[in-house]
Amino acid sequence: MTQNPCATISSAYKLDTPAGKIPCVTAEFAGADRLAAWKARWGINRSGYRINPGLYALGSPSADSPVFATANYKLSFDALRTNLKNTAAWLLVLDTKGINVWCAAGKGTFGTLELARSIMDTGLEKLIKHRTLILPQLGAPGVCAHRTKFYTGFTVVYGPVRARDIPEFLRLGGKATAEMRKVSFGFFNRIILAPIQLVYFGRYLLPAATIFYLLGLKTDAALTAGALLAGAVLVPALLPWLPGRSFAVKSAVAGLIVTAAAFPFIEMTTYQFCARALIYIPASSFIGLDFTGASTYTSLSGVKKEIRAALPAQALAALAGLAMLIFGKFL
Amino acid sequence: MTTKYLLGVATLKLDTAKCTGCGMCANVCPHAVFRLENRKAAIIDKDLCMECGACALNCPAEALTVKKGVGCAQAVRMGFLRGTEPECGCGNDSTCC
Repeated sequence: MTQNPCATISSAYKLDTPAGKIPCVTAEFAGADRLAAWKARWGINRSGYRINPGLYALGSPSADSPVFATANYKLSFDALRTNLKNTAAWLLVLDTKGINVWCAAGKGTFGTLELARSIMDTGLEKLIKHRTLILPQLGAPGVCAHRTKFYTGFTVVYGPVRARDIPEFLRLGGKATAEMRKVSFGFFNRIILAPIQLVYFGRYLLPAATIFYLLGLKTDAALTAGALLAGAVLVPALLPWLPGRSFAVKSAVAGLIVTAAAFPFIEMTTYQFCARALIYIPASSFIGLDFTGASTYTSLSGVKKEIRAALPAQALAALAGLAMLIFGKFL
Repeated sequence: MTTKYLLGVATLKLDTAKCTGCGMCANVCPHAVFRLENRKAAIIDKDLCMECGACALNCPAEALTVKKGVGCAQAVRMGFLRGTEPECGCGNDSTCC
């Protein structure tokens, strides 16, 4: 077989195939990719990480090469291709509106119908002899394997959760180990999500802190920034060690830690300080409760249950704190 | 250290009579909720379920049911406010997803 140029030439090159011209990609993680990943994590140009949906050729794929499906989100696509070093494969990118695999599967855009549409529109069957597609396991909430088989004739094989386990998965002959099937939420996985929480809530809280500072309310400025730090950074960092199962409780404790740590540096009466604690601790609880959305193990039933109790409790505590502050003016 | 969420809330149900023991649920579950015992699926620990719905959708025997949804406070809050089902604002301006 002649070496096809896909293996050596990067993106601009298109491979001539029975299914038309197919763009080539490499497994390389370039500086520009690293920068894009960093920007995406900080929420910069949030919707600007779309990959054109369709087929891509990696290495020198043949009619026997495996086909991997992924989402048209740059971080998903890059995770897949950069973990396929020295592998020839076809990459089928579904149109998930620029959303990662797991979230898109939850919404159904990484779904059975989009997969079937994509298989048919790209003419995938003209490229390969086999009829097997390897999907990321986290695509399973959106894709029904047996219906895909019924609609398209393609057999869906769920690969590992993490793209970095794909080489081992292939080495085992297309079998994922129990460990590869489990989602983890270790320190690195959690802390990488802190910037987006910081950016989202910082947009409201940093201007608020600035206004407090300019009004001469330095303590409130510091405690506002503290609540942001507690809810957006401490909660992801310390999640397994914060007490309780409820994210609202864990986040209130994070808020308590930061507020208590600030106490020795603040010159005010205990009454005044407690009134503020009743405001800033629920603020941290509110921010940290939103981390349920980024976590990998919270259920809808659980979030509904805790939000019903947490929102009124947070509001009541904050109102009590405000009432104490107002009442304190007349003491 | 296991990260387990609130206990006794998951809506996951398995109808063992319908189960054919194909093992697909154990394949797709990201939290190892299932195990095959005597050629049937068994729920090892329901409290580990995050209600992603992968098992129910991929069960050829329709032996599994779960009220699928996103465990995201922002989505639930939005749902309460708009009177709709919880939906995450992925893609536009949200920290979830």
